[in-house]
Amino acid sequence: MALLEVKDLHARVEEKEILRGLNLTINPGEVHAIMGPNGSGKSTLSYVLAGKDDYEVTGGSATLDGEDLLELEPDERAAKGLFLAFQYPIEIPGVASMTFLRTAVNSVRKKRGEEELSTPDFLRLVRERAKELNIKDDMLKRPVNVGFSGGEKKRNEILQMALLEPKMCVLDETDSGLDIDALKIVADGVNRLRAKNRGFLVITHYQRLLDHIVPDVVHVMARGKIVRTGGPELAHELEAKGYAGYENAA
Amino acid sequence: MNAEVKMMRTAAETQYSDALAALPGAEPVRALREKALRLFAEKGLPHRRVEEWKYTDLRVLLREMAPLAGKPDAAALTEAKKIDLLGNIGAREITFVNGAFVAELSNLKGLEKGLTISTLGDALKGDATLPQFLAGLNPGKYDAVYALNTAALNEGVVIDVAPGAQITKPIHIRHIVTGTSLVSVFGRVVVKVGKKAQATIIQSHAGPDAVAYQTNTVLQLSVADDAELDIVRVQAEGDKAIHLSMMVGAIGTDSRFKSFALSTGAAVSRHTVPFAYAGRNARALISGATLLRGKQHADMTLEVDHALPGGESRELFKTVLDDESRGVFQGLIVVRPDAQKTDGRMMSAALLLGDEAEMDNKPELEIFADDVQCAHGATTGALDDDLLFYLRARGIPKKEAESLLIQSFFGEAIEHIENEKIRDAMMKRAGHWLAARG
Ligand SMILES: Nc1ncnc2c1ncn2[C@@H]1O[C@H](COP(=O)(O)OP(=O)(O)OP(=O)(O)O)[C@@H](O)[C@H]1O
Ligand SMILES: [Mg+2]
Repeated sequence: MALLEVKDLHARVEEKEILRGLNLTINPGEVHAIMGPNGSGKSTLSYVLAGKDDYEVTGGSATLDGEDLLELEPDERAAKGLFLAFQYPIEIPGVASMTFLRTAVNSVRKKRGEEELSTPDFLRLVRERAKELNIKDDMLKRPVNVGFSGGEKKRNEILQMALLEPKMCVLDETDSGLDIDALKIVADGVNRLRAKNRGFLVITHYQRLLDHIVPDVVHVMARGKIVRTGGPELAHELEAKGYAGYENAA
Repeated sequence: MNAEVKMMRTAAETQYSDALAALPGAEPVRALREKALRLFAEKGLPHRRVEEWKYTDLRVLLREMAPLAGKPDAAALTEAKKIDLLGNIGAREITFVNGAFVAELSNLKGLEKGLTISTLGDALKGDATLPQFLAGLNPGKYDAVYALNTAALNEGVVIDVAPGAQITKPIHIRHIVTGTSLVSVFGRVVVKVGKKAQATIIQSHAGPDAVAYQTNTVLQLSVADDAELDIVRVQAEGDKAIHLSMMVGAIGTDSRFKSFALSTGAAVSRHTVPFAYAGRNARALISGATLLRGKQHADMTLEVDHALPGGESRELFKTVLDDESRGVFQGLIVVRPDAQKTDGRMMSAALLLGDEAEMDNKPELEIFADDVQCAHGATTGALDDDLLFYLRARGIPKKEAESLLIQSFFGEAIEHIENEKIRDAMMKRAGHWLAARG
């Protein structure tokens, strides 16, 4: 069975139709990349999958492991195993990073029928994962994302992903704003999580990331639809030629 | 003929005048009582056309005065013993039950050197200047709550910290109401901190739910030059209570003052803070968190008066309003002509959780000096949807995500409390409020 199955998905925001019949099937273990011009609806797709309120689904379906995603609350989707690494992670003043991470981890564990982590176990886990991503203790002492640089915010997203152990990871431009070393750290972080029962949807504008996270399938999205699907070579082609010819393809 | 239309006396006004006039009292209390009653007879309870009471019309809200509470009996003391608002914070406790000082629930043993704690009655015997002090810091000004409190002068406590004394153990004054009958309870607390002295005072209010009792408490402070005083107030009255209170204070040259008020109780509450800079270069932080639900009404009114140069004031108030609750913040910073180099910043932020909740947020500046730095701000808003979504996308259920954000909102005011045990106790009490959200 497909891990993520999106069929003829239509969605709008403020009366404007953004997703216009999108189809996408990701099987367990696969990494898919979506590339596409600015404004084509890539982030919208990720928000609709994660369950953001402002987006109204007007048609089609999306299932995770055969279960209707669109019926679920955002936190239920997360518990079921959907994870979205945001294009623009926001700052949450006043909410301590560790409190946030611990509440998140234990919330999904509880919903998945697993035992909550004890404080020492949780701290050990966070330290281990943070170290792999070169996230300093001092960052975790601050409120969530507050005062983090752009690159630090992105690494923090991957830390959350690693802690929540999702089945289906959607990464929205996680590479943008990263320097060369950070890109490598993030890509290694993602590659460590690659597993035969886990799927990835990597939204990016740059071939560079896909050198590190080699996708099985590359899609081109334009005007709210997938307009072309190919192998990793498609990313190289786009890098060379741009999106000319795709803008009107939809 | 008198051109001014005299308002009809309300039932409550007549009841107050009669009940308080009947209180016993030798001089000097009798003179204070009579003077306050004369003022009250003339001016009465405030109503919405009195600017400072615009949002809290006592003529309407206080239809009847509940009878004065009698001395607490054994049952009352048993009930009072069960009340533990703050847990073990290592404080010295002074307890009033239904307005009466209860020695057996108070700890006046082994007072630190320089610390004197006396009942109001005893203090009056020893201090000839006290009556003048009790009459008010600013006698020209009328406030009905103050006038009634003075007219009712009977029970109270005077805490005196001698010059240079450093009292590190917090002093916790507890005002507890018990029982199921409607009562009126009054109390006066005086805190005097001498030169270069330091103290921490907690004042808490608790009482039974579902009983429409009425409390009126005045905390009167004077902080001498170079002294430091921390005040923490916890208003956790029963859910039908009417709670009227004041914190009246004046601080001296180079003194430091900090106060925090956590309010979660009462059906109707009004806390008035007339606060004066009586010396130069004094610094004060006046802060609070008010958490409301149901049909609660809470009014916080401050008047911070900078009369002398170099004062620094910070006011930070957070109000969380669930359901159909109503919050009021009126904050005025006055900078008089001599108060050059005053640095004043006032902020009141309200978080509306309930669709029917309402906040009246009115910070004001009145500046008569030219070389000052003053600013004020007021915000009223709902929880941020993007923040909520971020938390929920990480698997945190809606209620819990909301709790995290609400906590961060009021936490900003609580975190200024320096004493860690007291700060934790405040977070815990506020946490109880959150946990009870339906
Ligand atoms: N909340 C919103 N209100 C109005 N328009 C919106 C909203 N969110 C997205 N849009 C519009 O939907 C379209 C798709 O936006 P989206 O963010 O999904 O694009 P994208 O493919 O992620 O672009 P980029 O590559 O720049 O990140 C854009 O035209 C955008 O302006
Ligand atoms: Mg985008």
